[in-house]
Amino acid sequence: MNDANYPEDLLYHAEHDWVRIDPDGEFATMGITWYAQDSLGEVVFFDAPEVGTMIAADDSYAEIESVKAVSEVIAPMSGEVIEVNSALESDAGVVNDDPYGEGWLVKVRLTAVEEKSGLMDSAAYEALLG
Amino acid sequence: MLAVVSADSLRTTALHSRHASLGGRLVPFAGWEMPVQYQGVMEEHRAVRTACGVFDVSHMGQVSVSGPQALELLQRLTSNDVSKIPVGGAQYGLLCTEDGGVLDDLFTYRLGEDSYLTVTNASNHATDFEQFLSVGEGFPGATVFDCADDYAMIAVQGPSARGIVAAAADEELPGEDGVEILCDPSDAVTVWDALIEAGAVPCGLGSRDTLRIEAGYHLYGNDLSVDRNPIEAGLGWACREETGFIGCEVVAEARESGTSERLVGFQLTGPGVARSECSIVGGGTVSSGTFSPTFEVGLGMAYVPAALAVAGTAIEIDVRGKLRSAEVRDRPIYRKAD
Repeated sequence: MNDANYPEDLLYHAEHDWVRIDPDGEFATMGITWYAQDSLGEVVFFDAPEVGTMIAADDSYAEIESVKAVSEVIAPMSGEVIEVNSALESDAGVVNDDPYGEGWLVKVRLTAVEEKSGLMDSAAYEALLG
Repeated sequence: MLAVVSADSLRTTALHSRHASLGGRLVPFAGWEMPVQYQGVMEEHRAVRTACGVFDVSHMGQVSVSGPQALELLQRLTSNDVSKIPVGGAQYGLLCTEDGGVLDDLFTYRLGEDSYLTVTNASNHATDFEQFLSVGEGFPGATVFDCADDYAMIAVQGPSARGIVAAAADEELPGEDGVEILCDPSDAVTVWDALIEAGAVPCGLGSRDTLRIEAGYHLYGNDLSVDRNPIEAGLGWACREETGFIGCEVVAEARESGTSERLVGFQLTGPGVARSECSIVGGGTVSSGTFSPTFEVGLGMAYVPAALAVAGTAIEIDVRGKLRSAEVRDRPIYRKAD
């Protein structure tokens, strides 16, 4: 597994989720942070929401199973799921290998882009982790 | 996503410094701070299946029973026939209540003619010792000691376990693919280092759990409790009612009449992982479940109504509101290739 890293182009939710908002503010990609995947251990299964599902900021929208435990995935922002990462069906371990790239979870059409003001930048998130 | 539990007041084993230096992820377990994993559960699991892993199990307790009535007391306390243990041997047994419920599952070693050492689960040690003491009052020729603080305990498991222990100890060993080493806590680091040096992979409680679930071994608190008798738990083989152990009448009755539920193995036929406390459609509950590193599928053990307790039966398990298809399997699901 790679070392801890928290890219500066992402926004972070305190429940250890990230969001990458497209420049026009309409779409975003979401996933879990390095800290989250490291704490979970080897991810074996991503129980994805269906395309079209409306997700709400701060609410659980999916589950991730590691060998050890199951964990809910919290939405950093609200929106409609437009795509799920189908590559995780055959190899969910990508979430461990590349949590901000190939290990993304869902793409969302944002319904409240102003919610981003309640999220943290990488420095604030790293401070939260201590 | 994750709860943080205070590490205050947790006990640590003699190997705590090694767990830290080897990169072990320490978690609270039954009042102890223990490593859940070092490099990863999958890797550690596979090391044990293919070569050798080493586990610190020093959190487990020990009670010694000695004296001319030691055997008599242990026959009364534990479900198995302790008279069958040769000096130097060991035996699995259960500590039952009068109602036939299980207080703990135990390994009893016979150290000498009239000297035995019983290994308890950390979470039950205090209760077990109370039971040994109170029942022991009726056996003045037996001396009972709590010696949990006198031992560190290291489990070495896997096809090359014996070779590795032999190399570390410079001694030939008979027996199975597993060795449990009980030693003075002050020697634990030396023993541990010698095993690692000989090639054993340090393993945490995470892989210990996935390994034991695949192998169909019970975990107290999951698959065993005071609300389940040994027969429904599939542990009739560890009960010898003729020895007159506490609870033997209930066990005899359950063996004779059968039980309404039985512990079976199960394996999911689709995606997902069904863990403990998930309900089974038509009755029953998952007692232990995990993702299996060997088979790369969700599997586990469950108490199901007797009618469903037949290998091959299709069942559905309610995993947090989603129904997951599974098949009943005989325990153990993992069998070593002969």
